[in-house]
Amino acid sequence: MIDLYADTLLLVASTIRTATPLVLAGLAGLCAERAGVVDIGLEGKMLGAAFAAATAAAVTGSAWVGLGAGLATSLVLALLHAYVSITQRGNQIVSGMAINIVIAGLAPTLAGAWFHQGGQTPLLSGGARFTEINLPFAESLASVPVIGPLYSEVISGHNIITYMTVAIVPLVAWMLYRTRFGLRLRAVGENPEAVDTAGISVAKLRYQAMAIAGLLCGLSGVVLSTGLGAGFIRDMSAGKGYLALAAMIFGRWKPVPTLLACLLFGFVDALQGRLQGVALPLIGEIPVQFTIMLPYVLTVLILAGFAGRMVAPKASGIPYEKDH
Amino acid sequence: MAAARKLPFWADNILLPALNLLAAFVVSGIVIWALGDNPFQALSLLVQGAFGYQEAIGYTLYYATNFIFTGLAVSIAYHAGLFNIGGEGQAMVGGVGLTLGVFAFGPHAPLLGVFAGIVGAALFGAIWAFIPAWLQARRGAHIVITTIMFNFIASALLAYLLVGPLHRPGGQMPESADFPAGTALIHIHDLLGMMGISYDNNPMNISFLIALLCAWGMGFLLWRTRFGYELRVVGKSAGAARFAGVSVSRMTIIAMMISGALAGLMGLNELLGEQHRLLANFTLGYGFVGIAVAFMGRNKPLGIILAAILFGALYQGGTEVAFDIPNFSRDAVVMVQGLVILFAGAMEHLFRDPISLLFWRFAERKAA
Repeated sequence: MIDLYADTLLLVASTIRTATPLVLAGLAGLCAERAGVVDIGLEGKMLGAAFAAATAAAVTGSAWVGLGAGLATSLVLALLHAYVSITQRGNQIVSGMAINIVIAGLAPTLAGAWFHQGGQTPLLSGGARFTEINLPFAESLASVPVIGPLYSEVISGHNIITYMTVAIVPLVAWMLYRTRFGLRLRAVGENPEAVDTAGISVAKLRYQAMAIAGLLCGLSGVVLSTGLGAGFIRDMSAGKGYLALAAMIFGRWKPVPTLLACLLFGFVDALQGRLQGVALPLIGEIPVQFTIMLPYVLTVLILAGFAGRMVAPKASGIPYEKDH
Repeated sequence: MAAARKLPFWADNILLPALNLLAAFVVSGIVIWALGDNPFQALSLLVQGAFGYQEAIGYTLYYATNFIFTGLAVSIAYHAGLFNIGGEGQAMVGGVGLTLGVFAFGPHAPLLGVFAGIVGAALFGAIWAFIPAWLQARRGAHIVITTIMFNFIASALLAYLLVGPLHRPGGQMPESADFPAGTALIHIHDLLGMMGISYDNNPMNISFLIALLCAWGMGFLLWRTRFGYELRVVGKSAGAARFAGVSVSRMTIIAMMISGALAGLMGLNELLGEQHRLLANFTLGYGFVGIAVAFMGRNKPLGIILAAILFGALYQGGTEVAFDIPNFSRDAVVMVQGLVILFAGAMEHLFRDPISLLFWRFAERKAA
């Protein structure tokens, strides 16, 4: 019984860890799509930010400089996508895919040229990483039954970006639903003509939304290479940008349901890590290749509408043209 | 509006793609320069490496064959208004179908094995595309995301098969046993040799001709048949198609299955033509490059063939460049491809609008 409890706590803790980048990227996609810009380039932004953060942290030895570099990189890419989607009225899916492919090639190229470690950055340690923070009394309380392990395993012992994420979710929800800016942002994704008629610039609002998306997505990349990992590895985002997009759809373009969907994905990911090499009753040991598939299969099932109907913001993906 | 004016054929199909390519090359050149290498030297090495000698041309066309298949795959789905990013996964599963076909019939009759392999590749690719297509048509699941997920699933499935049921007995690598003797597509240099023309050895094989045939077939289907017309109507306006009595969901499924079959055929070149066994991740991103090829080629068969040769040259030449400029690796080639997608696919207004304006002014002056 105690073993089961401890096991569950470990699983919950690793769910929170793996869900962190998904939640941040999911919120980024949410801000973009609520404003009417489809952002399939989350994957590329995440990878770019992960690379920039690891590089800056490796050179300066400071994770915070890495954080700045990661955010800046993702912001630039988000504004590029904004320029293509809003000003150029280009195809948003193509633009997002192009950014993903450019970064998938550019990041290892730069890493190879600068560090000569086969497309990776050097291993980060100490101050160059956002390491786990032990909250006060975590160790002394660990021996207290039931609550002690819960506090020391699940609540304490995450990196600072995970704690920041806990604050960012309500912040994004507040911004969307309780501020004038949020109201306009949602309006521009549903009915840009109305916003335009009210004398508010559609383009400016969408650029602002993309900037927020860029920063959030940047943070998710930063946590990947300097928090959860210890350096940049080729293709380290491994489809997380797309999973986040799916979680956002599953969360019906709302912050809290998106958070829950990301936690579900995080849980499946944590579970697949635990399932590797374990013999289950009746089924036996599942080959590792099948457990790896789990999050992707889950995404397909969710998108296939086995969880109800999902309606996207009306104007998402459609460039706004004044003269029609 | 200037942008709405139609451009002359040569401006639309030659000048604009050239400008898009130039823009992608300029940005790539800046990256190469920033890494401390000479971009012009890289370019000259690239051209030399891609077209400089007989073997190089053979390799260029060998890579181009993959890109024709994947470019056509992206293109036919795009004409039906669908964005198939799953070419990579469809090619992998197509490779599995090809392998099963070859092993089922090859040991008894090699020629039958080759045909079974071709049918298997197309069939399995089509089936892998059918699932996302069905989910899109009947359940509204966004095809972009589902096809991406199917790439990941296909990759894991292939990895499983190659260490499990299809694993070479006693082998160490994740690969299948060699295809039965005689089940291979003939090399072009052997074909030329039979005709008395000597040509240096290279991996180009008759799947290049099959790819050309597919390109012609797609052009015929899309622009010369009723079915193709209906498919394009669905792509231009689903509402209009529905009004005209065309079933959009049926078209979605058929277009995606053709697309998947074309992607699956990529294995003909790589597996049946050259490797003669099934390998893990033999698709090497060719499925994604198909997007660039389709946009660069303006989604027309001839354009796709030319764009595929261009990308084949980029691949072959890029490999040669990497020998002299280590910073310019396969990854850098991927970056260039991404930039081409960006400029040719997403930012086409960047050059199109000013050029339209220019033509418009010129035409006015002539009239006055």
